Amino acid sequence: MTFVAPSIDYLRLAPFLIILGAACLGILVEAFVPRKPRFITQIIVAVLAPLAAIGVTVWQWGSVGQGLADPHASASGKVVSGTVLIDGPTQGFWIILLAFGLISVILFAERHVHSGATAFTPMAAAIPGSTLETEAADAGRAHSEVFPLALFSLSGMMLFVAADDLLVLFVALEILSLPLYVLSGLARHRRMVSGEAALKYFLLGAAASAIFLFGVTMLFGYSGGFGYEAVAAAVQSPTQSDSLMLAGLGLLAVGLLFKMGAVPFHSWVPDVYQGAPTPVTAFMSVCTKVAAVAGFLRLFYVCLGGMRWTWQPLVAGVAILTMVVGAIIAINQSDVKRVLAYSSVAHAGFVLVPFVGAYTVQTGLKTWQMSSVGSIMFYLAAYGFATVGAFALVTLVRSQGREVTALSAWSGIGRRHPWMGVTMLIFLLSLAGIPLTGGFVGKLVAFIAAWEGGYWWLTLVAVALSLVAVFIYFRVIQVMFFREPTAETGTVETPGAATWIVVVVCLVGTLGLGLVPGPVTEVLNQVSAFLMAAGF
Amino acid sequence: MIFPYLTVLAGLPLLGALIAAMSKAKAARVVALVFSLLTLVYTGVVIWASKSGEAIYESFEWLPMIGATYSLDMDGMGLVMVAMTVLLVPVVLIAEWKTGLGGKGRFSSKAFVALVLLVESFSLFCFLSVDLVLFYIFFEATLIPMFFLIGGWTGKKGKGAIKFLLFGLAGGLIMLFGVIGTAVLSSRSGAPSLLFSDLANAGLPGNTVTKVIFLSFFIAFALKAPMVPGHIWLPDAAQESTPGGAALMVGILDKLGTFGMIRVCIGIFPGESAWATPVILILALVSIFYGAFAAIGSKNLMRLVAYTSISHFGFMVLGIFALTSASLTGSIFYMVNHALSTGALYLVIGYVIARRGSADIGDFGGLAKIAPLAAGFTLVAGLASCALPGTSSFVSEFMVMSGTWSRYPWIAGIAALGVVFAAVYILWTYQRMYTGPVPDEVAEHVKNDLTWRERVALIPLVLAFLVLGFWPQPALDEIAPTTDAYMVSASATDPAVEIEGGR
Repeated sequence: MTFVAPSIDYLRLAPFLIILGAACLGILVEAFVPRKPRFITQIIVAVLAPLAAIGVTVWQWGSVGQGLADPHASASGKVVSGTVLIDGPTQGFWIILLAFGLISVILFAERHVHSGATAFTPMAAAIPGSTLETEAADAGRAHSEVFPLALFSLSGMMLFVAADDLLVLFVALEILSLPLYVLSGLARHRRMVSGEAALKYFLLGAAASAIFLFGVTMLFGYSGGFGYEAVAAAVQSPTQSDSLMLAGLGLLAVGLLFKMGAVPFHSWVPDVYQGAPTPVTAFMSVCTKVAAVAGFLRLFYVCLGGMRWTWQPLVAGVAILTMVVGAIIAINQSDVKRVLAYSSVAHAGFVLVPFVGAYTVQTGLKTWQMSSVGSIMFYLAAYGFATVGAFALVTLVRSQGREVTALSAWSGIGRRHPWMGVTMLIFLLSLAGIPLTGGFVGKLVAFIAAWEGGYWWLTLVAVALSLVAVFIYFRVIQVMFFREPTAETGTVETPGAATWIVVVVCLVGTLGLGLVPGPVTEVLNQVSAFLMAAGF
Repeated sequence: MIFPYLTVLAGLPLLGALIAAMSKAKAARVVALVFSLLTLVYTGVVIWASKSGEAIYESFEWLPMIGATYSLDMDGMGLVMVAMTVLLVPVVLIAEWKTGLGGKGRFSSKAFVALVLLVESFSLFCFLSVDLVLFYIFFEATLIPMFFLIGGWTGKKGKGAIKFLLFGLAGGLIMLFGVIGTAVLSSRSGAPSLLFSDLANAGLPGNTVTKVIFLSFFIAFALKAPMVPGHIWLPDAAQESTPGGAALMVGILDKLGTFGMIRVCIGIFPGESAWATPVILILALVSIFYGAFAAIGSKNLMRLVAYTSISHFGFMVLGIFALTSASLTGSIFYMVNHALSTGALYLVIGYVIARRGSADIGDFGGLAKIAPLAAGFTLVAGLASCALPGTSSFVSEFMVMSGTWSRYPWIAGIAALGVVFAAVYILWTYQRMYTGPVPDEVAEHVKNDLTWRERVALIPLVLAFLVLGFWPQPALDEIAPTTDAYMVSASATDPAVEIEGGR
């Protein structure tokens, strides 16, 4: 076997390389920049890199052979010898990932509400409660590594979305996961809970990765190749037993559904979301989900699209189970972060509804319509704004210098702090899918795509479960506005510039997507056609 | 560029709400009142402009993927609904001038006036929208400010507000299924458009799916209107609400239900409406009698008025689905009259409840001696609500009955009995509250008659239903073209009048 040097299209790959490069640069900053200006340097790197990457992606927007008019365009999006594919959906999901990555990273930088410190532990290596930790805190130390870690994770997510090869997909999965395991364990307060969250996430995540890898080997055995094209070709004209392929499909689905937080692989979500520092939770709850859904989409639509009839009922079952479990358990939670965690589980279920419909150019999409991919992108964007915004507000509710997330500490908070209350209300309404917010339009286009794909009964189920899910949020609203403030009620700190930016951006995004969704849907729909050699 | 008359009309209260929310506590209610009056005056301007031939139709692309547009227009039905809304809101603001002051209630008076204006704005958008998705958006959006209005000021636990929201959202989401289905059907027909007019001509297939879609709309509207058995939220919500809030809820928001039945059920799904009419008429009859009996048996004044409304909504639904020119016109006119008379009734009863500190009928007696004006207003508003000749409700109820009679004489005959019970619940309540000796407790709490502010709030409503009672023609002339249009689109004709022994 001779080694062939891969041909890499650096320009196409530039957004990913910028983030990866910035992450590496962050490590150098950590090593060489003196402590005092280090934090601010890291912030600058971590903010400029996504901005630059967004700029490059926008500049290249539509430059690859995609678009609804040309679904079977030549495989011009292939870079790195065909293991990475940069097509419309890649660019669309990149923009979403970069935007929310950027917003979350800004939230990482908030120091004002924590009385001058970040939300992260001053010294992760110190034993919780030890004098070493106190000294580090008094010295004002901070783990500025969180920024490169987040960027590494973001780069993994970007690769995950673009992967056109099962091995690259697996490597990307690990790149995106490992930094998240570390980040989850870095909470400043309640460090034992945070450590527990990190360990839980790591152990379960490692198991999921192993299962995923096992699935990859099955598909390799089935098709004799790792590339999506090879697998798709094998699905069209099988040479091996179908059971091998079905086993591979199932195992891969387990790995991806785990990352997405879909039932029955959701049990890590509430614990990890609760234990992790809130800015990290915001980052995870949006970006990880976006990446996992996007990877899942490409894998199932492109690679295993030929098996659509097999996986559609399966995913429909998972979707229903996820919506039911997420919505019902969330109603019973007594902690705001856990409520939002279960709500994110429920939303994973709602996202799977248009996924099942698989309404794309290949299955009869008409030019003016919104495809499953486009509607999923929109849904995730709306979900992202509302979720990050809600978590940003969660960081503001404090008591004795600590973030308090118990629902009882939120009792009557909307009455004491009307503006914070109204802002949170808007985020919760968007998550509940009430009109005039992005969440409503997301539900509308997503469910229409499912119906167009032939799954009108799933739309009916999803609408019914939306009603159940609404109660997740109205319970919080009721606590915030209808209960009396008590001694337990936390105070809302004045946000610093970072949190201000995040909240305002998320508010504008939530209302913007709800009031004028037209342009965004147009843009997303333009990039919603996967490049694929074979159709469904 | 044509002037966006209607956007400004519905946007004015929204702007007012924002300004009120940002102004100082004391200034807020003045700002709100000014904006509500401005909207009232401006409505006159818009009506004048549309009469003098100005183009008031607005349409912009909103979500072209599914054919949804931002389209506003004002037909005859929309006009009377808008007029009713813009009249009722300033009245409620004046009547509830002191709500939220002195730290009573959960929220401030500023929040109250802002929420009232939000309700006004969203309802106006809803009455003016001629696109299904736009209609849906505001139909659903009204729930949120109303939820806070109900639960915010009377110090109870908020159970009624939650119930209101639960039923509202349930209806809304059931309807979402219908909206999605309609969008899919429309896009399958080739050129997606969700304008009511296009949907009416789209020729939707008359199969089971269409029937399910129709049912989802009807159930949503029946929960809103509310009709038995979807009515159980209304008395609880009304009991918990402030009188002004209850007037808005019953007077304006619940009309969205009957309004939607005409716009969507009759307008888009005439075939399915005809299919469901027998069941709907029976339900309407049940509502008429259930509401009347429950009102007679009710011990709480706020609940009593809510039950009378259920009965009235039964009449409106009856007139809509009987589908004759007279009954449909009567129903639309009934919507307006009901807002005027029930609004007045809620406000005047609210005044005496506030004085007595209790809403139980048993806690009242002999009030006519202490507060003759309150007694007079209660009697007038009450009789207007049970359709005494001379009040506008009489005109509308008569039209509903006579129209229904021409097609379904038996049903009209049974419904007519409901009028008798209406007299019972109003007169008996009046008797228990205002006549007889004055109990000591009442004398202790109720010291004065209605103040000037309270009278100012009531007079416009009373004047409106008296004037329209004697001279209903202008309103009926407005409504008639709308009715004709719906009759044509539903391909319904009035039954020919057979004159027995005629020459």
